[in-house]
Amino acid sequence: MTSDPGADAPTGMDTEPDSGPPTDTNTDMDQTEMNNAMDTAFFAAWIEETARVVAAEKEWLTGLDAAIGDADHGANLDRGLTAVTGALAAQRPDTPGSLLVLVGNTLIRKVGGASGPLYGTAFREAGRTLGDTPEVSVARLHAALEAGLAGVRKLGSAAEGDKTMVDALAPAVRALEQAVRDGKDPAEAIGAASAAARAGAEATIPMQARKGRASYLGPRSVGHEDPGAASTALVVSALHTVAASW
Amino acid sequence: MKKLIDDVESVVPDALRGLAAAHPGLRVDVDNQIVFRASGSRPGKVGLVSGGGSGHEPLHAGFVGYGMLDAACAGEIFTSPVPDQMIEATTAVDSGAGVLHIVKNYTGDVLNFQMAAELSGEEGVRVESVLVDDDVAVRDSLYTAGRRGTGATVFVEKIAGALAETGAPLPEVARVAREVNARSRSFGVALSPCTTPAAGRPTFDLSDTEIELGIGIHGEPGRTRSAMRPARELVHIAMDAIHEDLPISGDTLVMVNGMGGTPLIELYIAYAAVVEHLAEKGARAARNLVGNYVTSLDMQGFSITVCRLNEELTRLWDAPVETPALRWGR
Repeated sequence: MTSDPGADAPTGMDTEPDSGPPTDTNTDMDQTEMNNAMDTAFFAAWIEETARVVAAEKEWLTGLDAAIGDADHGANLDRGLTAVTGALAAQRPDTPGSLLVLVGNTLIRKVGGASGPLYGTAFREAGRTLGDTPEVSVARLHAALEAGLAGVRKLGSAAEGDKTMVDALAPAVRALEQAVRDGKDPAEAIGAASAAARAGAEATIPMQARKGRASYLGPRSVGHEDPGAASTALVVSALHTVAASW
Repeated sequence: MKKLIDDVESVVPDALRGLAAAHPGLRVDVDNQIVFRASGSRPGKVGLVSGGGSGHEPLHAGFVGYGMLDAACAGEIFTSPVPDQMIEATTAVDSGAGVLHIVKNYTGDVLNFQMAAELSGEEGVRVESVLVDDDVAVRDSLYTAGRRGTGATVFVEKIAGALAETGAPLPEVARVAREVNARSRSFGVALSPCTTPAAGRPTFDLSDTEIELGIGIHGEPGRTRSAMRPARELVHIAMDAIHEDLPISGDTLVMVNGMGGTPLIELYIAYAAVVEHLAEKGARAARNLVGNYVTSLDMQGFSITVCRLNEELTRLWDAPVETPALRWGR
């Protein structure tokens, strides 16, 4: 878990044109409403898409972590999600709630570092909130993500502005709530949450870290996107990818 | 990068196999990266479990044995172990008297041990946790993850371990562990960075004439960079930083700890300056450790840890211990 005290210097990762965040390519699919319910298969598809996109962006996440952390975020999360897809292949829970609890427990047990317990808690709390409902409305989805956010906030003692995954997750939950209130259809609402998460991750760049290993860098943590916020935006974008074609 | 390794991917298990071969007093679960006492747990004795990222040897596995830890969980290099390891270690060493987790204050270690404590609790094991956060180099803990756990971990593991051997109950063992932490402060200085096997290059840049004051045990930055100076001056900077935080007086337990790449001859030069400095403050080193106890791979540098002793802590420090890295009285 090595921080790089020389991290205030620009790194190669910052300038490589192909190393930026993945762009959401599903906006044109928002026009149609979702054809199917958000059932257990939907949530399984979300987790599989998350594992796929994290594997694809592993190097990018690790590069962000090299600047202000210990250069293992992409590898750790990828390892954890590989364990999760293995667990889901071995045992497919029969409700969305129990599926997310299994995802959370697996991440907690397998990932290590700070991200394992934090992501694990987010999924576990979200799953618990869903109870044993077989199909999830977008309002229930909002409640679940809000519970996940509350779990992360509590475990990490982090608030918005601390340069953590909360800075991506909190705006996503707010955007989802607003979209539900505006009566948007689920795919559109989730699209708004995805855009808000990405904007929230980018907003961490000028922040000074106040939690985790990056906090020891003090002012030297400014100027870099938080890897936890970046991966959170990926997780929410995966939800949108699946919702847009469900 | 030149390192005495076979495979970057298997540095930790490869080292654990050697540890097991060298120390028959240990039982090493290489697959799960957990080190136990070969003798198992004694009924009625509180179990002591610690762990953390690898790369700090002999911490923690080198302190498993009579009078110290019952089990240590080894993470990957500089990466916290996972709750599965901690739960396995915790349930294995519990003899019914409960288990104490000794946790260095790093976000990853804290969160994973917290999860493990909760899940072990669900499995019926009584767990208490003690956080070690002795590093005075981190000043503004309101705006950071807080003080880091460094050298005092050795003192906490030794003294709490000695009390646990007497059959003291879990709350008592936890109390003395917290007291050791409260009475201990550390400050580290890096002369050169360390190189993790996976990265293959130094974790930060430090020129030939520069040093980092207040370095963390993973190479995290400290208070400031400075020009290289004589050992005596570096010791004074470290001792003043400690004294400013917790005034040094009376009998102390002092560790001059090498970061892995510093020759013992230099650590003794530093220790001589420590003794002089203590005398100026009217204090003395009633007990000491000079050597490599909490390392950062191949980093050159040292840390000083000072613990203000009382009669109880002195007695427990002197109690017999038999581990790979500390042994006396048996």
